[in-house]
Amino acid sequence: MAFKQITSPHAHAAQNTARVMQLVLWSTIPALIALTWHFGWGSLINVVLATVTAVASEALIIKLRKRSISFYLGDYSAVVTAVLLGLALPPLCPWWVVITGTLFSIVVAKQLFGGLGYNPFNPAMVGYIILLISFPVPMTIWVTPLALLPEGVAHPDFLTSLNIVFTGISPVDGVTGATPLDSFKHSMGLTVDQIYQQNPLFSGATFATAGWEWVNIGFLAGGLIMLKSRLFTWHGPVAMLVTLALMSAIFWDAGSSQSPGSPIMHLFSGASMMGAFFILTDPVSSAVSNRGRLIYGALIGFLVYIIRAWGNYPDAVAFAVLLANFTAPFIDNYTLPRTYGHQDRRKATEKAED
Amino acid sequence: MSKTWVTPGGIHPPENKHQSLSKPIGKLPIPEKLVVPLSQHIGAPSIACVKVGDTVLKGQKIADSTGSVSVATHAPTSGTVTAIESRPVAHSSGMNASCIEITSDQQDQWISRQGIEDFEHTSSSVLLSIITEAGIAGMGGAGFPTAVKLNPGFQRPIDTLIINATECEPYITADDALIRERAAEVVEGIRILSHILGNPSDILIGIEDNKPEAIEALKPFIRDTGINLVSFPTKYPSGGEKQLIYILTGKELSNGAIPADIGMVCVNIGTTYAIKRAVVDAEPLISRVTTVTGEACGVNRNYDVLIGTSVDYLLEQNKFDHKACSRVIMGGPMMGFSLTSKDIPVVKTSNCILAPSFAEMPAEQPAQPCIRCGMCAEACPASLLPQQLFWYAQAEDHDRLQAHNLFDCIECGACSYVCPSNIPLVQYYRNSKGEIRQAQQEKIKAAQARERFEFHKQRIEQAEQEKEAKRAARREAAKQAKASTTSDSTADIVAAAQARMATKKNSPEQERAKLERAVTSAEMRVQKAQDKLDSAVASNETEEKINILSAALRGAQQKFDLAKTRLAEYSQPETTEQEPTAAKEVTPEELAKLERAVTSAEMRVQKAQDKLDSAVASNDTEERINILSAALRGAEQKFEMAKTRLAEHAN
Repeated sequence: MAFKQITSPHAHAAQNTARVMQLVLWSTIPALIALTWHFGWGSLINVVLATVTAVASEALIIKLRKRSISFYLGDYSAVVTAVLLGLALPPLCPWWVVITGTLFSIVVAKQLFGGLGYNPFNPAMVGYIILLISFPVPMTIWVTPLALLPEGVAHPDFLTSLNIVFTGISPVDGVTGATPLDSFKHSMGLTVDQIYQQNPLFSGATFATAGWEWVNIGFLAGGLIMLKSRLFTWHGPVAMLVTLALMSAIFWDAGSSQSPGSPIMHLFSGASMMGAFFILTDPVSSAVSNRGRLIYGALIGFLVYIIRAWGNYPDAVAFAVLLANFTAPFIDNYTLPRTYGHQDRRKATEKAED
Repeated sequence: MSKTWVTPGGIHPPENKHQSLSKPIGKLPIPEKLVVPLSQHIGAPSIACVKVGDTVLKGQKIADSTGSVSVATHAPTSGTVTAIESRPVAHSSGMNASCIEITSDQQDQWISRQGIEDFEHTSSSVLLSIITEAGIAGMGGAGFPTAVKLNPGFQRPIDTLIINATECEPYITADDALIRERAAEVVEGIRILSHILGNPSDILIGIEDNKPEAIEALKPFIRDTGINLVSFPTKYPSGGEKQLIYILTGKELSNGAIPADIGMVCVNIGTTYAIKRAVVDAEPLISRVTTVTGEACGVNRNYDVLIGTSVDYLLEQNKFDHKACSRVIMGGPMMGFSLTSKDIPVVKTSNCILAPSFAEMPAEQPAQPCIRCGMCAEACPASLLPQQLFWYAQAEDHDRLQAHNLFDCIECGACSYVCPSNIPLVQYYRNSKGEIRQAQQEKIKAAQARERFEFHKQRIEQAEQEKEAKRAARREAAKQAKASTTSDSTADIVAAAQARMATKKNSPEQERAKLERAVTSAEMRVQKAQDKLDSAVASNETEEKINILSAALRGAQQKFDLAKTRLAEYSQPETTEQEPTAAKEVTPEELAKLERAVTSAEMRVQKAQDKLDSAVASNDTEERINILSAALRGAEQKFEMAKTRLAEHAN
C-alpha cells in the first residue's frame, strides 16, 4: 500500500532509546574495570545481582500493568539503573542489600511513578539513599584498595567473594575499612598535611586517594565517551565539577585542621565523577534546558560540598541529586531558552494572552 | 565571500541528492488528462472563467484571481475542458477541492502572446500585474502569491532581496537542476525582481555548499550585476525563510513579523525563473521542474512537469514499483506530506515526488516514552524545548504550550528526526496548534453569544418596563376618568385619550433613535471587521483566518444593511400614513409577492441549515462550517426581513 497517510517527517535518524541506554552501559566499563582491579570482585557481583533483580522486577510490574514486556524491557533502562546502583554500592556488601535497593529503585522510584520517563527522582539514587538510611553499617564499609593491602594478602577470589556476599562470613580479615572521604572527615584536629602523611588512603595515592582516584578516572573516561556521542551536553557535569572545585578552593583554608579538603581530593574521591557524568545526566529527572542544566549541575556541586564538608555523611552525591531533582521542575519554569524572533526569554508560568 | 551566520540546532540527514542529478531535466509526453486545482496558492482560490465543453489553448487563462491575495490559473496545454468539479488535491489532510479537468488534444497549441523584452523601462505596477496574471505563487512550498510579496507598500522600503536557492531538504534537486541548466534565465528573473523592488542595495543568493555545479553555473551570469552569491555549510533546515535570513544577514524576524518589516524580500529561485518566463516570454506558470526520486522508482530524475499532471502518470513514466514503495510523498522527506490518492495532480508548489522503498523509509516504529534526553532541543532551529512542548501537548496545557512558544515551531521535523524514542513530535505540535486555534475561536464565539444574550435580556426588560409604564399611565387615566365621571364626562374622556396618546407618542421617537443608533453601531462594526481583514491580509495570515474574517465582514455588512432597511421602513410609515389609500391600492399584488418572498426565504434558511448540518455531521473543516453558519445567519436575517415586510403590509 503506497498511498496512505503518514505524518512527516518521513526520514528518521538511526538513533533509538535502547541504543542510548546500551551506550551508557558500555561507558560504565572503564569504571567497572577500575573498581574490580582496585577493590576485587564485589562490584561485578553487585552489578550482576542488581541487573537480574531489576529485569525480573521490571518484567513483573510491566506484566501487572498489562503492557508488552519485550517492548518495555527492550529499552534497557532497568539495566542502566541496576548497573549504576551496583557500581555505587560497597563491594562485597550482603546480597539482600543489593536486592532491596534494586527493588526499591525499580518498583517504587520508577514503576510506581509510571515507568521510564515519568520518575521525578533518579531511581538508582533513591535505592541508594534507602539503603544508606536503613542499613548504615554494611553501606559504609568499603573494601581496602589493592595498593593498601598488607604484603601477601590479596582480595578474595571470585568464589570466596560470592561466599562473602551470600553468607556474610569472611574468611580473611583486614580487607575492609573506611572510605577516604570518611576517614578524612573523622581525622579531627589534624592538618591536611598530617592526614596525608598518616593515612595510607592518602599517602598511598598517586594524586588524590588510593584506588578511588582510578575509579573516578574510569567514570570520567566513560563520561567523555558519552559526551562525545552527544548523549548529553556538557552543561550539567561541568557546572557540577566546577562548583565543587570552586567551593573546595574557597574553603580550602590553607590546609588547616579545619579544612574540608582540597579540590583534587573532592573531584577524584567518592562518587564525584560518577555523579557528574552518570547520575545528574539522567535526563528524566534533571532540568531540561542548557541554562537549566547549568543551574541544576551547580546546585548539585554546591550541595555535595556542603554535605561533605559540614553534614553528617562523608559523601553526598545521592542526597544532592535527589534534592536537586525536587528543584528541576522549578528551574525549568525560569530557564526557557530565547526562541528565534523573541526579544526575551519567557517564563513557563506565563498565562496565554486574552 | 560574504560573512554568514550560524543558526542554532539543525541536523544532517543523508542528502540523497545524487540519484536524481545524473540526468538532465527531462520532458514527458503530454498526459491525456490534466487536472488543474483552482487553489494552488495561499489566499482566495481563483474562480473558473471557462465552462465544461470549452476548448482552451495552452497558456489560456482558465480561472481568474479574486481579491488581493490570489493568482490566476492557466491551461497547461491545449484541449477541452471536460470537468469542473471537486477532486483530490495536494494537501496534507488528503482533502478534495475544486479542479478544472482538461482533456488534451495533443496539439499543445499556444495562445498568442507578447512578451516584454525591455522590462527595465516597464513600470513596477505593470510587471506586478503580469506576475499575478501569470499565476505566479511562491514555488518553494508555501505558494504565497509573489506579486503581493513584491509589493510591500511605500512604508516598507526594501533594501535586501534574498533569493532562496538553499534546497535543504534531502532528495530534492529541482532548484539545483534548474540552476545548472537555466542559470541565465534565473539571473534575468532576479534582475526583474530587483527592478520591481526599486533596485535594493543588497541582492543575495543563498545556496548550500552541497551544490558546487549550480554555484559554478551561476557565477558567469552574476558577474558585474551586483548580485552576491553566498554559499554556506549544508544543514537542515537552512532553507526556511527565517533561517536563511539569519544565515545571510544575522538578523532575526521578530515574532509575527514578515521579512518586509525589516526591509527584506525573500523569493525562491524557482520563482525567479517563472517570473522571467512570465515577463519576457509571456509564459504563464503552467509547468515546473519537479524531482521524481526514491528507490521505488526505476528512474530518478528531474522533469519539466505540466501543472495538473497526475502523480500516477509521473510515477508510471519512471518505472514505479508499487509493491516496493513504502509511501508516496509530495515534497521532501522532512516536511513533505504523504499522498492518499494516485490521482493527485502536480501543482505549482510540488518540487518533488518521492517514492521511497521500505528500506529507505520503513514503517513508523511504535513510540517509546520520552526520556527528555534533549536531543530534540539540540536539533531545534528555533531554540524551542520540544520535549517540554511534547509533555504539555499530551497534557493539553494550552497556557504552557503558548508560554513555550509553540507557535514559533516551523514544523521542520528536526526534533522528530533525532528523537530516539520515535515520537511523532511534529504531529503533536500540529494537533496542539489546531486545538488552541479552535479554543480561541470558541472563546470568541462564546463572547459574542454572551453579548447577544445580554442585549436580548436588556431588550426584554426594557419592553417590560415600557409596558408597565403604559399600564400605569392607563390606570392613572382610568382613575381620573372614574373620579370625574360625575362631573364633565366628555372632557375627561378626551383628556384621558390625550394622556394615552402622549404615553404612546413618546415611544416612536425613542424607537427611531434606537434604530439610528443601531445603524451607526452596525456601520462601525463593518468598519472594524474590514480593518481586521485588511491587517490580516497585510500580515500574511493563514488562509483559514482570512476566510473567517471575511465571513465576519459579510455578516457585519448584512447586519448593517438590515439595520438601514429597518430604519428606512420605520421612517416611511410616517409619511405614507398621510396617504393610506396609495398604500392600500397595491396590496393584493404586493402582498402575494411578499408572501412568495417569505416562502422562498424560508426555503433558503432550510437549505442553509441542511448544508450546515451535513457539514457538521461529516466533520467538515472548521473554516467551511464557519462559512456555512455565516450563510445560515444571513439567510435567517433575510427571512426575518421578509416576514417583517409582509407583516407591515398586511396591516
